[in-house]
Amino acid sequence: MSDSTILYETQKKLLAGREYIGVDRIDGPLVFIRKTHPVGYRELVECIDENGCTRLGMVLDTSSTIVVAQIFGGTSGLRMPSTHIRFRGEPLRIEVTEKMLGRIFNGLGQPIDGGPAPVGDEELNVNGKPINPTAREYPRDFIQTGISVIDGMNTLIRGQKLPIFSGNGLPHNELAAQIARQAKIRGAETKFAVVFAAMGVKHDVARYFIKSFEESGVLENVALFLSLADDPSIERLITPRTALTLAEYLAFERDMHVLIIMTDMANYCESLREISTIRGEIPSRKGYPGYLYSDLAELYERSGMLKGYKGSITQLPILTMPNDDISHPIPDLTGYITEGQIVFEREMHGRGIYPPVAGLPSLSRLMKDGIGKDMTREDHPHLASQLFAAYSYVKDVRNLASVIGEEELTPLDHQYLEFGEAFERKFVTQDKNENRTVEETLNLGWEALSLLPVEELHRVTEEELEKYYG
Amino acid sequence: MNERIIGLVKRVNGPVIEAMDVSDAMMLELVRVGEVRLVGEIIKLEVESAVIQVYEDTTGIAPGDNIYGSDMPLSVELGPGLIGTIYDGIQRPLEEIFKISDQYIERGIQCPSLDRDKKWHFIPLDLEAGFTVTGSMIIGSVQETERVEHKILTPPDMNGTLISIMPEGDYTVEEPIALVETQSGEKQLFLMHRWPIRSSRPVTERIPLSIPLITGQRVIDTLFPIAKGGTVAIPGGFGTGKTMIQHAIAKWCDAAIIVYIGCGERGNEMTDVLTEFPKLVDPFTGRSLMERTILIANTSNMPVSAREASIYTGVTLAEYYRDQGFHVAVMADSTSRWAEALRELSGRMEEMPAEEGFPAYLPTRIAEFYERAGFMKTLSGQTGSISIIGAVSPPGGDFSEPVTQHTKRFVRCFWGLDRQLANARHYPAISWLDSYSEYLDEVTPWWEEQVGTSWVQNRAEIMELLQKEVRLLQVVKLVGPDALPDSQRFIIEVCTLFKNAFLQQNAFDDIDRYSTTPKQMKMMEIILTYWRRGYQAIRRGVTLVKLRRIKVLQDIVKMKFAISNDDLEGFDKLNDRLERALNQLESIYV
Ligand SMILES: Nc1ncnc2c1ncn2[C@@H]1O[C@H](COP(=O)(O)OP(=O)(O)OP(=O)(O)O)[C@@H](O)[C@H]1O
Ligand SMILES: [Mg+2]
Repeated sequence: MSDSTILYETQKKLLAGREYIGVDRIDGPLVFIRKTHPVGYRELVECIDENGCTRLGMVLDTSSTIVVAQIFGGTSGLRMPSTHIRFRGEPLRIEVTEKMLGRIFNGLGQPIDGGPAPVGDEELNVNGKPINPTAREYPRDFIQTGISVIDGMNTLIRGQKLPIFSGNGLPHNELAAQIARQAKIRGAETKFAVVFAAMGVKHDVARYFIKSFEESGVLENVALFLSLADDPSIERLITPRTALTLAEYLAFERDMHVLIIMTDMANYCESLREISTIRGEIPSRKGYPGYLYSDLAELYERSGMLKGYKGSITQLPILTMPNDDISHPIPDLTGYITEGQIVFEREMHGRGIYPPVAGLPSLSRLMKDGIGKDMTREDHPHLASQLFAAYSYVKDVRNLASVIGEEELTPLDHQYLEFGEAFERKFVTQDKNENRTVEETLNLGWEALSLLPVEELHRVTEEELEKYYG
Repeated sequence: MNERIIGLVKRVNGPVIEAMDVSDAMMLELVRVGEVRLVGEIIKLEVESAVIQVYEDTTGIAPGDNIYGSDMPLSVELGPGLIGTIYDGIQRPLEEIFKISDQYIERGIQCPSLDRDKKWHFIPLDLEAGFTVTGSMIIGSVQETERVEHKILTPPDMNGTLISIMPEGDYTVEEPIALVETQSGEKQLFLMHRWPIRSSRPVTERIPLSIPLITGQRVIDTLFPIAKGGTVAIPGGFGTGKTMIQHAIAKWCDAAIIVYIGCGERGNEMTDVLTEFPKLVDPFTGRSLMERTILIANTSNMPVSAREASIYTGVTLAEYYRDQGFHVAVMADSTSRWAEALRELSGRMEEMPAEEGFPAYLPTRIAEFYERAGFMKTLSGQTGSISIIGAVSPPGGDFSEPVTQHTKRFVRCFWGLDRQLANARHYPAISWLDSYSEYLDEVTPWWEEQVGTSWVQNRAEIMELLQKEVRLLQVVKLVGPDALPDSQRFIIEVCTLFKNAFLQQNAFDDIDRYSTTPKQMKMMEIILTYWRRGYQAIRRGVTLVKLRRIKVLQDIVKMKFAISNDDLEGFDKLNDRLERALNQLESIYV
């Protein structure tokens, strides 16, 4: 480093503490400040209002003439001349510790349960850093959720990111809570934790989850980060990052298996769109910024397992599809990043089927390495594939029947209809507290398949047929 | 590298930095930003100002920070040691970075792409002093892996006379192996040289395509073949199987070198390749698949501008091996993420957008990329090829979006993935109706010579049936199957069999994951026997119900799993059994 550079770097550090009085413009959650010292990109900002309350923010754009910062606490009530701004010279960090389990925080990691702020073991940058792909361990441990349509056909693997694509009024919270309650690795005693991040959901949703954790006696293993519907919408942008930072700490420094539930990702995306619009950025589809994919990837990729580490992060994001449209940018881009998706179908919900998981568009990409002999049961891969194939044919037959009438169907097609009914009513449908073993699940699958003639079952082997069919 | 300050940061907007007080900088120059020394590239130059695209997270960079020039364009290092390595989008070795910064990728890490300490056993060609040295000339070789004999090339822009060449022996990539007199003075040659990623390496000429790239995937090789040196796009919505197809081809295709570019996709997918490939054995050479594979991983959470660079990095490495006379296959998963990176950078530079926010130069960039494929006569007189297989991820699975549409203009083969097929777990979900290959005529002679003369007729016959089936299914949808005569229902029957027994291929099954060309041919012929003879039988009065009950059909559906590549007799036996069963059926009716 040359002398002038050293001088400059020192000056920058000294100036970092400087406080500016008055801002030059406020637009939505953004504040604009002119004539500052050199401020770093994504630096932490403290915005102090008239009453001396501090709201945190982050620098989005910095130049020699003007700095733009987004204020997570929102800008309502700020006056231009009396607002004080301080730049912290470093990005937003949160203190993390195991003691955060059992506690409730806002989106910035500040306690809102009346208790004192826990003393952190470490202070971490909430933005995280990209995981080196060579450091990853490919996830392959089967998690038994006790839910047939998941265990049997869309198996959840430890370290997977598997979102629920739902719609308003569908029972995604029930399913997520049921998974959180029942999920276990068979035959293993492990340290586990749940991190719950709520973005823009209503109070009763948060309450529902808290109650559910309480009833199953795991609340002291849960850390909640709540940024609810009446909190500033901009805070939702930081909430999942704060939660993931704790999750990473628990998983990779405290050897825990962490399940992180993030709901509702649609609200997160809307906040992102809001900022982007105010900044006048060129939108891609439906007004969402072109970087929505990369931004979501920054969150979803903070999951998995690492070589040489005992813990893991399994992500269960929940999103409500606007208009139940799976091709909407939010579910679409999510599906392009996550390792599969559990898709809800309103029509099944209408018919009283719980969980209303659509058979065909749902997918678990990591299932292939986590099922079969020595993991679940040897017939599992073929059975799942056969169920998918048969159920897909059922859908065709139902379409046909709706045009030509059921009477006109061939006897074989009738058998398929029967299979479809059994599959939905006996295999998919289960109670909200019912916890099935994977063997029970697989046997139910065979029971349904046994309604079909054996010639139709191309995807299973002779031995499997002998052992399980009929 | 002589470092000098070429300007100061004026504004930071994500990965795009505006610079002020710029002097003595060159366009596309590799630069370092701030005291953390983030890697960047000058992408716009004006009087005293410049725009820099930064390949690392710019958090903390502030106006006034120094920008350091390097005096060279963003380049890759080319030499032995590339094979088996995993790089990020700007050719930094991720395994080395892992040793330095543990599980997370820290910023500003400087780490040479090729190992500086490793000695390679160099065997020089027998060249005498005074020999005329030209670009991309082979001057010796190094055994890079058991299966890759790496030819040591002169840099493509080299011209001069040889002064001396070192004897056979062990050298690092930085020890001189030859000395050449050029117009600008004496130049040392090394086992490695550099080449800028944005310029294609020169060749003598393009050679017309004629040899298929055999992938072992039946729907591809038999229905929509790609030629060595060809280009293909695989568009499909999420979860329709793009990555699985790319992985399958990377594993089983008959190229000598594979460059796999994970461009803006999942971290675990790269880990999957890294854990699986070393264990898999290449059917052609019996060696581990990793011994022919180079990985470029710029996953979705890694910086977006390095994603933009990654496909150029990948294809430049491919060109280097092509120049040595290899057949190289490049997989780019996904080119849409690359296009989106372009869009993001363009947006940050406040350029005028064209369609859906993409910059107006998107089609030019796509064309330039795919043009780097081809079957070439190299400067050293060898022949080599680059085939590019690019995945496209259209938003909402809608193929009318700009990236799919523009890509379609510049590739000659199209494997459209169908959501319905994927939902029904019909994999690979390549639609036989939307897909096409313009290489069919070019590769037909090869198939006829190497596999069987009836290949092209067989293919035509089955394609025609598939087309007919579409129309028949439309009728069935309106009035039910009973309205059709047996002869037409039989077409549907045969197509269903063809889809189940032939088109579907399970990538996870040890036998089915890869089919040799003779196996593909035999399977096709068995199905066509059923069709041709069955059709005759129906005309003689045999009912469809009877035809469907033939027991051997159960074995035909499962032949792909049951009969392995080297058991061609197994197929002949199956065919005999089918013929006998049909004979028996017919004998009742004559
Ligand atoms: N040939 C195949 N055999 C068996 N299963 C397959 C095959 N192709 C795809 N699949 C299944 O489909 C899933 C999704 O495939 P893949 O990951 O290749 O999709 P994709 O098109 O790359 O999706 P994205 O765009 O989101 O990356 C796989 O995880 C696997 O379960
Ligand atoms: Mg993919």
